[in-house]
Amino acid sequence: MTVLKAVKSRVKHPMDNLLRMDRIPHIWCPGCGIGIAVSAFAAALDKAKIDLDKVAIVSGIGCTGRVAGYVKIDSFHTTHGRAIAFATGIKLGNPEIKVVVFSGDGDLISIGGNHFIHAARRNMDMLVICVNNFIYAMTGGQVAPTTPLKAYATTSPFGCVEPPFNIPYIADSSGAVYVARWTALHVRRLTNSLVEALNKRGFSVVEVISPCAMYYSRINRLGDGLDMMKFYHDNAEIKHGEDTKNLDIGFQTKIIVGKFVDRERPSYLESYNRWLSEMKDGTP
Amino acid sequence: MRANPKDVNTGVYYIDGDVASGYGALAAGCKFVAGYPITPSTEAAEAFARIAPKAGAMFIQMEDELGSIAAVVGASWAGVKSMTITSGPGYSLMMETIGFGAMLETPFVLLNIQRGGPSTGVPTKTGQADMMQSRWGSHGDYELIALSPDSPQELFDYTIKAFNLAERYRCPVMIMSDECVGHMTEKVVIPPADEIEIEPRRFYAGPKDKYLPFKPDEDLIPKMAKAGDGYNLYISGLTHDERGYPAENGGCQSVYTKRLVDKIRLNKDKIIELKEEGLEDAEVVVISYGISSRVAVRGIEMAREEGIRVGSLRLVTVWPFPDERIAELAKKVKAFVVPEINYGQIAFEVERCSHGMANVILVPHGGAGVHHPDDIYNAIEYARRLEGRVEGVIEQKTRLERLVFEERIKLSE
Repeated sequence: MTVLKAVKSRVKHPMDNLLRMDRIPHIWCPGCGIGIAVSAFAAALDKAKIDLDKVAIVSGIGCTGRVAGYVKIDSFHTTHGRAIAFATGIKLGNPEIKVVVFSGDGDLISIGGNHFIHAARRNMDMLVICVNNFIYAMTGGQVAPTTPLKAYATTSPFGCVEPPFNIPYIADSSGAVYVARWTALHVRRLTNSLVEALNKRGFSVVEVISPCAMYYSRINRLGDGLDMMKFYHDNAEIKHGEDTKNLDIGFQTKIIVGKFVDRERPSYLESYNRWLSEMKDGTP
Repeated sequence: MRANPKDVNTGVYYIDGDVASGYGALAAGCKFVAGYPITPSTEAAEAFARIAPKAGAMFIQMEDELGSIAAVVGASWAGVKSMTITSGPGYSLMMETIGFGAMLETPFVLLNIQRGGPSTGVPTKTGQADMMQSRWGSHGDYELIALSPDSPQELFDYTIKAFNLAERYRCPVMIMSDECVGHMTEKVVIPPADEIEIEPRRFYAGPKDKYLPFKPDEDLIPKMAKAGDGYNLYISGLTHDERGYPAENGGCQSVYTKRLVDKIRLNKDKIIELKEEGLEDAEVVVISYGISSRVAVRGIEMAREEGIRVGSLRLVTVWPFPDERIAELAKKVKAFVVPEINYGQIAFEVERCSHGMANVILVPHGGAGVHHPDDIYNAIEYARRLEGRVEGVIEQKTRLERLVFEERIKLSE
């Protein structure tokens, strides 16, 4: 025991100062991609050289909703679907804070879909990292608004009959200034995208396609986490600048990844502050 | 601490209750209001949006009520006093996040200008039927504070008090007003800033690495920190320990929820504000709140003209409920008369607290209007005549009810 302790105290993980090590081990299943997305984010925070005291992370509910609890910055684990609205409050309450919303596809696109499109429309200053595992995993594998057509889920036992949302397309058409998609396999590119997005003013969206080895892949007989990574390796195609309307994901079809949108548009706070400076005596 | 003169629009105004509440919020130091338009509360949001920028405050119209209240809780954790404004259907939509706010011990204020319900109900007319919803409308166990002003002046004064209570007890505070008071235009005096007492946020001041966001002081209320100050806060709606870390076990659940309710229950005496009048020798006491108390004044006057000894107990604070005061009065008086614009919410609380020692007469009103003073007079008169103890709550019909149910007037008229 004493030897182990000594070893433990000597070895310092490079992410010790970015993660809440006292909360490890985390709750995610073997083969899950969320942990990869978290380490990419932690690496991006490190690379972007942002004052960590001035970054807040907000999550909703679900597997990805638990991310807020593992990153060692101000973290908020909010109600289902409300992460973006809560983050809007933090940003407007203290504009000095860099706000990152880290949540899942069900939380951000289904129950929180309205906040997603409106925050994009306002160009609210925040980075949204959306982990898309095609399923409601925390609750045991129910169908999601991102489940590909024909894919099985516990509540679509005969295959999903609804077409899924194309997240980059919604983000783009609602007004986001930065939109990218990577899979959990593209760690280095994902990290670079997150660094770019962290330095962007306005509403940025990075989608991370992630294996759910426990539910999505099991019910669809796709093997374990590693098999899904292998699938990404063989079927992900990098196409920077691709028109976002071509980014639909079918069941076990090609997944187009890359940076699709990177543009300038006045962010909410820029517009608001300009309007304030043009006012005389508190009236426009 | 005194209010900041920049936030206080000192002067004498002729404004409605909604607008007065907007001015009150600003005077209380509120720097962030998020809301979604809903009748009959919109004037409060409009007023705040107009006067906010000058005081460095901000109004944002969110995409819905779910977003409004989430943004308000977020802003509070960013360190600014915040409020949302709504009515009936919007209030229902906000319930989940009200519980989240209570769970996170977040100070914020919610102004509910009640209208007739259920559902869309009567959007432009009054109601008082959200009173029970304001107590435990969100799932799970918690306590919060609800106030019920009865005039535009009080909507100004008690909006400030609501902010002070929210900061003092680290909990959501509901201002349970109604359409009638919200749209009533009266004289409102906004005093100079140095006459307005403000409760500042009680921030933690010790060493950063020792901070525990949910470790209570002796009064059961923990000190707060805000995002952006390097505390590495972990704030979760999951049941949590003193560090804020999820602890989903029976022990933590009991300790934590017990403190959530106890911090309000055990501080009740300091929170509750009642307005009492003529209780010394009263045989009948009218217990009322909000707009119903304005109508009750005339009913009480009429009864006194007839020589009936009647007193008035007005619940300015509705939650926590003044159990002890009502129990004490129940020993001395013959009956309580409770007029309210619903079919019995507070009346049943009064019955519970009177322990069978006094009769409880409910004067219900369906909403979309207020009682006629005769309704309250008749109930007082009946209460005095009634001999012996009657179990349960006795329901007295109003004039309007007699008209629609007995004389069968056409409802479309």
